Amino acid sequence: MADSWNSFNTASPAAITAGPVTFKAGGGDEINAYVARPEGNGPFPGVVLVHHMPGWDELYQEFARRLANHGYNVIAPNYYFRYGHGTPDDVTATVRADGGVADDSVVADSEAALNWLKALPTSNGKVGIMGTCSGGRHAVLSASRVKGFNAVADLWGGGVVMPADQLTPKRPVAPIDLTADLDAPILGLFGNDDQAPTPDQVNQHEAALKAAGKNYEFHRYDGAGHAFFYYDRGAYRWEQAMDGWAKIFAFFEKNLKG
Amino acid sequence: MCTMIAMKAAVDGAARGQSGWFKLTQTAVGYDHATHTAAEHALLIDFQNPAMGPSARVAVEMNIASGKAFIEQLQAAIEAAEKSGVAE
Repeated sequence: MADSWNSFNTASPAAITAGPVTFKAGGGDEINAYVARPEGNGPFPGVVLVHHMPGWDELYQEFARRLANHGYNVIAPNYYFRYGHGTPDDVTATVRADGGVADDSVVADSEAALNWLKALPTSNGKVGIMGTCSGGRHAVLSASRVKGFNAVADLWGGGVVMPADQLTPKRPVAPIDLTADLDAPILGLFGNDDQAPTPDQVNQHEAALKAAGKNYEFHRYDGAGHAFFYYDRGAYRWEQAMDGWAKIFAFFEKNLKG
Repeated sequence: MCTMIAMKAAVDGAARGQSGWFKLTQTAVGYDHATHTAAEHALLIDFQNPAMGPSARVAVEMNIASGKAFIEQLQAAIEAAEKSGVAE
């Protein structure tokens, strides 16, 4: 596998443009998003970044820039936009108290983000979707319910497998039950010490993908739990995270740049 | 939402947030990813006024043992207050 980190030529490092935009999202609502794009004419593939439960935060801005540095048009919608504004922590607390963001809202915003990326003049017509934590679940859910995604990266998405007693009006369907509808290849990265998803739930998801004849690749890491990419947390595991990033870039290169 | 453990209650009081005191109308308690304590998960306790926006919030994160100690303390204070006969 080619190294993704420090793989640029010093004569021509990547130039990107990044910052907030507003775009027409689900229900015709104008919401904000963080966008990072390579400079130049492209054509570039796109990635919809679905932020995690802790919110539309600085970590996701950095994820967006990292992907853009490697040649992707990236949009990270603020899926919590409708809950008001404040620090990411404050907004997340509001969402949490309200029982979380509704699946339908997330899927509608993801679909709008997909269309926004495809409409860019520099688009190559292919778009992937990626998320961590609840965002991993939302990425799988969005790609299962919306046609048009060309790749899905699920990073330790909890709640893909959901017991019946966890289904709620806001989360009425377990994404694993939509496996037959998932047309895009899926990459899964998981820590074997994670509690959500547990290794058993990861196995269940992989078995469902296999049984349905889907294109998937799952990677499990020893010595890692939930959130092992997050260098602002004790959960960070640098070796597993660096290998995970390399697998993401290889997966997206294969499915979005070809 | 990763654990799906979150509940809220309507309350009446006041809380001191980033911009001074505000009218307290809601408490929310969850158990999910901690953002400022070292643990992966923590009790996430928020004193809020949703009508004033997300920033009208006093946030507390603590582990389960601390939560239990806090409940005992709160319960004991309430019992003592009620037993004292001193009106609100």
